[in-house]
Amino acid sequence: MFDNIDLTRLIFGRLSLDAIPYHEPILIATFMGVALGGIAVLGAITYFRLWMTIWRDWITSIDHKKIGIMYVVLGLVMLLRGFADAVMMRAQQAMSFGHNMGFLPPHHYDQVFTAHGVIMIFFVAMPLVTGLMNYVVPLQIGARDVAFPFLNNFSFWMTTFGAGLVMVSLFVGEFAKTGWLAYPPLSGILASPDTGVDYYIWALQIAGVGTLLSGVNLIVTIVKMRAPGMNMMKMPVFTWTALCTNVLIVAAFPVLTGVLAMLSMDRYVGTHFFTTDLGGSAMMYVNMIWIWGHPEVYILVLPIFGVFSEVVSTFSNKRLFGYTSMVYATVVITILSYLVWLHHFFTMGSGASVNSFFGITTMIISIPTGAKMFNWLFTMYRGRIRFEVPMLWTMGFMITFVIGGMTGVLLAVPPADFVLHNSLFLIAHFHNVIIGGVVFGVFAAINYWFPKVFGYKLDSFWGKCSFWFWFIGFYFAFVPLYVLGLMGVTRRMSHFDDMSLQIWFQIAAFGAALIALGIGSFLIQLVVSYRKREQLRDVTGDPWNARTLEWSTSSPPPDYNFAFTPVVHDQDAWADMKKHGFERPQTGFVDIHMPKNTAAGFIIAAISFVMGFGLIWHMWLIAGLSFIAMLIAIIAHTFNYKRDYYIPASQVIDTEGARTALLASHV
Amino acid sequence: MSDIAVNHTGAASANPSVRFYTDHHHPENGTLLGFWLYLMSDCLVFACLFMAYAVLGHNYAAGPSGATLFELPVVATNTAILLVSSITYGFAMLTMQKNNKAATLGWLAITGLLGAAFVTLELKEFIQLIAEGAGPTRSGFLTSFFSLVGTHGLHVSFGILWLVTLMVQVGKHGLSPENKRRLMCLSMFWHFLDVVWIGVFTFVYLMGVLP
Amino acid sequence: MSANHNHDHEHHDDHGHGEGHDHGSLKSYTIGFLLSVVLTAIPFWLVMGKVFDKSSVTALVILGFAAVQVVVHMIYFLHVNAKAEGGWNMLGLIFTLMLLFIMMSGSVWVMYHLNHNMMPMSAGEVRNLP
Repeated sequence: MFDNIDLTRLIFGRLSLDAIPYHEPILIATFMGVALGGIAVLGAITYFRLWMTIWRDWITSIDHKKIGIMYVVLGLVMLLRGFADAVMMRAQQAMSFGHNMGFLPPHHYDQVFTAHGVIMIFFVAMPLVTGLMNYVVPLQIGARDVAFPFLNNFSFWMTTFGAGLVMVSLFVGEFAKTGWLAYPPLSGILASPDTGVDYYIWALQIAGVGTLLSGVNLIVTIVKMRAPGMNMMKMPVFTWTALCTNVLIVAAFPVLTGVLAMLSMDRYVGTHFFTTDLGGSAMMYVNMIWIWGHPEVYILVLPIFGVFSEVVSTFSNKRLFGYTSMVYATVVITILSYLVWLHHFFTMGSGASVNSFFGITTMIISIPTGAKMFNWLFTMYRGRIRFEVPMLWTMGFMITFVIGGMTGVLLAVPPADFVLHNSLFLIAHFHNVIIGGVVFGVFAAINYWFPKVFGYKLDSFWGKCSFWFWFIGFYFAFVPLYVLGLMGVTRRMSHFDDMSLQIWFQIAAFGAALIALGIGSFLIQLVVSYRKREQLRDVTGDPWNARTLEWSTSSPPPDYNFAFTPVVHDQDAWADMKKHGFERPQTGFVDIHMPKNTAAGFIIAAISFVMGFGLIWHMWLIAGLSFIAMLIAIIAHTFNYKRDYYIPASQVIDTEGARTALLASHV
Repeated sequence: MSDIAVNHTGAASANPSVRFYTDHHHPENGTLLGFWLYLMSDCLVFACLFMAYAVLGHNYAAGPSGATLFELPVVATNTAILLVSSITYGFAMLTMQKNNKAATLGWLAITGLLGAAFVTLELKEFIQLIAEGAGPTRSGFLTSFFSLVGTHGLHVSFGILWLVTLMVQVGKHGLSPENKRRLMCLSMFWHFLDVVWIGVFTFVYLMGVLP
Repeated sequence: MSANHNHDHEHHDDHGHGEGHDHGSLKSYTIGFLLSVVLTAIPFWLVMGKVFDKSSVTALVILGFAAVQVVVHMIYFLHVNAKAEGGWNMLGLIFTLMLLFIMMSGSVWVMYHLNHNMMPMSAGEVRNLP
């Protein structure tokens, strides 16, 4: 009997049937919805016999285009969960006043706001931005794929399995209750002994590996794989911003890895990095995590600035104004983003001299962004503007992001921040810049590049609905928070006693409802566009009369992207080609060297998921075995030397010939 | 590196399109640059650990300090072992350049053995410290010491595992271009670990025993 | 048509390993090794032999030696030069070193101030606050 107990503990750790939240009706209902939906999806895949296709063409694909699409799909799916968390918070805060305690007790509410932040930053914004860069950058530089296609696949699956751990935490055990950055001592083993912070740590560590490798991948791609003639100052601005973003990723994510590793050592081994006794320093955690955290927000927004540069120039029918200053501004932002981190904890007590330094640097960093804003406006000035959906999102961004930026500069003043730190003013500020910046930019990008990716445009009526609901909804949801913050209301509260505040929260909840309609409109847009796809078909490959190389390919591009590598002579390479009467070559095609698909990335990432789960639940045997399995899988993969194949010239001839016929038939 | 506007279709140069494409482009291999960038990120992980040591390094919590615990002769031995292993790997690179498979495998083996000696001595030191009650859970100082030195040791251990794997692969496939690239990556990794060790023995051990 | 592309794969792998890629020589590795030995031995001697009276002087000197030895390793072992990989290796290194400096000095500065300001005070100290 003694042996049995040990065996159970060895295999199952602290996992038991108690981990399943039978007594939480919201979770049970969610689980039933997920289970039914999941069964429906899996059933449909089985019914239509799509498993082999999905495995062969998507899961094991090392094609940057497929991986880019999968990243965006991951981001959009997680957006639904993150937004569900937001709706729950708005609902709770709108109703929980005085005697009414709402429907979310604090220990549940705390998990909701933590999950909301973690999901939105790590599993919505990062995958969306990464997906865009993955899809677009190789095409924009005239390359056939990224520098390390296998690593690209592996990075995607690490991110996805990290998201998987967060999703599992909904139904097995609990999530962290510490806020999205999990400050100790609250996140230490004494105050949070349950699985919540462990889910947080391992989800982020696993996803973080993926992100870091992706960063290396894209830098090498941009440095080494540009088409001949495309020197650095002829690259599209989106590629420049992608380069700087990935430099930030490679430079910042190691710090996150280090800090989370230290936190996990405190929790698992009992070390004293961040404890309150025996020489630990919880303040050091805050310092280190924000050294990562500030560059992180620039990682989210820089690619978006690149998106807007492309969209503004295309839909103003004009070359981007001030290309050189755009590049310099981007590089300056990249470097300066490392000099401002303390503004996230002015109130922690570093004193006037330190606070002044970082306050000043924070104000300085707004200047290059302002320069970009002016460049976009000057691009639009005297352009022939087309108000397509991407341009609407862009204009919404310009207004909204500038407001958010201004509140940021306000917060940069330490004495002001002493009043506003951790108030709803802060929440309103960062949602202002993240929604106004990243979310609006992602929707602009999706509407802009969708025809390239899938071969047909998105329906513009539902696109406009989505935009207006989001735009107006955003202001209704967050302007009340600015007001409440200035009145002194603190963040992360699940209950209030001052009834006079309730109206503001109710207005905010209304705003959230409008945003929900915006998301709904977007989903409808996807469905409607699919059904109308023949009407919306993009035949030429260049539906917007755009300026960069990706628009020279068919929609969607062939597997090999370019039958012949383009040669570049000027910025806006495709516009240059069109100006000189470029015609696609019809002959002379050769075999094309391509990398093979592989299951290794998926397998290694899946094993890491098992290891993460084992570590979370203290299932040491499983954790240990899966670690060894991972090493074996990695080493085994390195013994595979046959990773490529050739697309025969005959196939290229057929593909290119088909495109020629298509172009001719739609003159 | 790349050919500009070379076109093999034999089209007349009056065709304006020919300057816009080429069938002659082979992008350079990016593995060495990619690995270097990864090493830069690893450098920043170590920076975090050095940072923690800088902040917590004097938090003895009324426990033992570096002056009482560190045995500099052992550290000197370890430093020497690692430095020699760096040069033996360098010799392996030289014989690799000359395509001498046997000599390369020989120098790699010596490097691996030296690396193993380093890790063994370090483990001995750790076990002894823990036995004395000066383990990583004793104080902030010891936490940061064990994590910094231990992470370095873990990296060396992974390096040895990688080295053994590469020896098997070179044994099987010889000094192919792909294997040479891998050996060059391991070379960068190995030397980088020696660079980090310079920081460790200076900042942790030598400065740690100063009064 | 499909003719001549098998050779290309091997071909560009050979010259594809980066322009300006330095591989070192017996001489450069030996010089690097000997320099490193000297630059290691001296700091050990300075500390073990208690050569300077003030610890701060010793600390600064050995840190200086460490910095020099890092450069020696970079040049003689890692073959870092401004031509490798079109200058990107050097740029990456300089950027990383810059960040290292910012992160380390910034954190030490910040944490020192935090520790000083946030240290627990006795009742007497509290009464005497400005």
